[in-house]
Amino acid sequence: MKLIAIARKEFRQIGRDRRTLLILLFVPAFILLLFGYALNFDIRHVRLAVDDRDRSAASRSLIAAFVNSGYFDLVAEVDEKETTRLMDRDEVRAVLVIPGDFSRALRTGRPAPVQVLLNGDNATTATTVMGYSLTIIRGESAKYAPPSAAPPITIEPRIWYNPELRSALFLVPGLIAYIAMITAVVSTALSIVREKERGTMEQVRMAPLDAASFVVGKTIPYFVVSLASALGIVVVSMVLFGMPMRGSWLLLLAALSLFLVGALGLGLMISSIADTQQVAFQVALLVSFLPTLMLSGFVFPIASMPRALQLVTYAVPARYFLVALRAIVLKGAGLEVYWTDLLALAGFAVVVLALASVRLQRQWV
Amino acid sequence: MNAISVTNLTRTFGDFVAVDGVTFDVQEGEVFGFLGSNGAGKSTTIRMLCGLLKPTSGIAVVGGVDVGKDPEGVKQRIGYMSQRFSLYERLTVDENIRFFGGVYGLDRRRLDARRRFVLEMAGLAGRERMRTADLAGGWRQRLALGCAILHEPRIVFLDEPTGGVDALSRREFWRLIDQLAGSGVTVLVTTHYLDEAEHCNRIAIIHAGRLAALGTTAELKQLFAGRTIVEIHAGNPVEAMRLLDTMPEIEKTSVFGTAVHAVLKADGAGAAAPIADRLERSGIRVAGIAPVQPSLEDVFLEVVEHAGQS
Repeated sequence: MKLIAIARKEFRQIGRDRRTLLILLFVPAFILLLFGYALNFDIRHVRLAVDDRDRSAASRSLIAAFVNSGYFDLVAEVDEKETTRLMDRDEVRAVLVIPGDFSRALRTGRPAPVQVLLNGDNATTATTVMGYSLTIIRGESAKYAPPSAAPPITIEPRIWYNPELRSALFLVPGLIAYIAMITAVVSTALSIVREKERGTMEQVRMAPLDAASFVVGKTIPYFVVSLASALGIVVVSMVLFGMPMRGSWLLLLAALSLFLVGALGLGLMISSIADTQQVAFQVALLVSFLPTLMLSGFVFPIASMPRALQLVTYAVPARYFLVALRAIVLKGAGLEVYWTDLLALAGFAVVVLALASVRLQRQWV
Repeated sequence: MNAISVTNLTRTFGDFVAVDGVTFDVQEGEVFGFLGSNGAGKSTTIRMLCGLLKPTSGIAVVGGVDVGKDPEGVKQRIGYMSQRFSLYERLTVDENIRFFGGVYGLDRRRLDARRRFVLEMAGLAGRERMRTADLAGGWRQRLALGCAILHEPRIVFLDEPTGGVDALSRREFWRLIDQLAGSGVTVLVTTHYLDEAEHCNRIAIIHAGRLAALGTTAELKQLFAGRTIVEIHAGNPVEAMRLLDTMPEIEKTSVFGTAVHAVLKADGAGAAAPIADRLERSGIRVAGIAPVQPSLEDVFLEVVEHAGQS
């Protein structure tokens, strides 16, 4: 079959083309490691100074609770004057101030306030550190409360799917979508435009071959390679970032396939517009890189975007894929949870493939 | 029966008329040359004949199939090779042959036979595993021809097939074209090497989208019947041309390599000596002067000039 001749040729070319291999295999691995380690919202080793004016067993116990939490590194014991200096020079990020009557207040059952000074130049970090501090202090406080005096309503927060709130678990699925999107779009767009540029396209068009066979034959190898690449990323994420895999591999494969077919369709559409590899590369990056990074819920929650931007996200396939991927990987949820998202992915794929084939067909003859 | 029959073929791109009412026939087994400067409409014509481009108007019948109505049917019957050797450079010789065999839908047995034929023809036996990118230009060009005729088409289009290869490879390539024609294949070839055009049975000269002249080499040279062309080797060709242009018996002059060709208004081999005399008297050394047969280049220039005037 003619389609097979095209696919076989394309496989051979991919195998021999360092640049394509680089885009398909090395770049994903590189982005995964880079982002996986750098894009980390977890905060550890916060430099902490202590201004302990009480110097009692109780105050030392509180300090120990901070240090033992693993979030703080005790770097200095300070008095009031030094506090300002160290904070100004960013030598410490947080200061715990324990007032002189701390242990006495505890003994007599009066409220015993302590102060936590935080560097708020990075709001996200400050908020997180404040959360850590509150948790530690609350824990410590419980030791002194008489059991009978327990408040009538207590909160026992339990965070499902990601109990330690590791941002990796939130980010890695996004990373998978991001990498798969870029590699699939870029490699497909380049492969067809390259044939236009080199004149091989014209030679093939001279053969009694319909556009569909050409396009499908060319797309199959990229589908196979990007699927393998994406699955590789999933496995690496499990090994390196402790990403769980709670759901069905089959459903994961289905979601990935739908997503990749859409991405390949987008690549085909670009190749029908661009005439040089350079243009194709730039357009491909523009339509895959930015939306997938910014508008998919990968980093920024869609719910907190302005309404107009939220509307735009409906056209970003990664948005749906992420819902499905997180549901499968983190929750082990079944199809009933994200079938609408899979449907949206399929819809996206159908639309771009239809547009691309109409355009390519028109150029074919 | 004609292999190719073209009637009033026209193609416009917006306001630009690339091919303008071209009419000609090509007989079976003929080597038909398409001559014209860049942008004259050669490639557009070929692309229409191959079913790649829809004619705006007019009819082209190739191998008995109307190109406008059944472009896919045409593709099955023809071979095409373009000025850029459109092979996959990262693939080996063998892989290229197998790929094009697959695209043309050859079955395994036929492909094996044709593969051997092409390797033999292109002189590539023993180099099947070489990457196409590593082949010298002449071999690559012969491989491209081989890939274009894998499916044994009865009509072959060659669009400036010899661009960018050395003279020896060009001569070898034309030997292959003659061989093809000898086996009854019709060859339509475009070129701007005028020496190559002499290999063709008939030549069409295209200028500004129009068919400016058509005939055998001998017929085309009849354009100069009743006029003589004198070739002059002068010490200072530029100054010689200026002087020649002022002489009453000379119609026009043109540069021809390092020599000057002067077209006389009338037949007269005897005119050479007086012309030389006058040049010498004006201080131009004349190394040689003699009447010559009109070359295809003379014809081409004459035709293009006339087409430009009308």
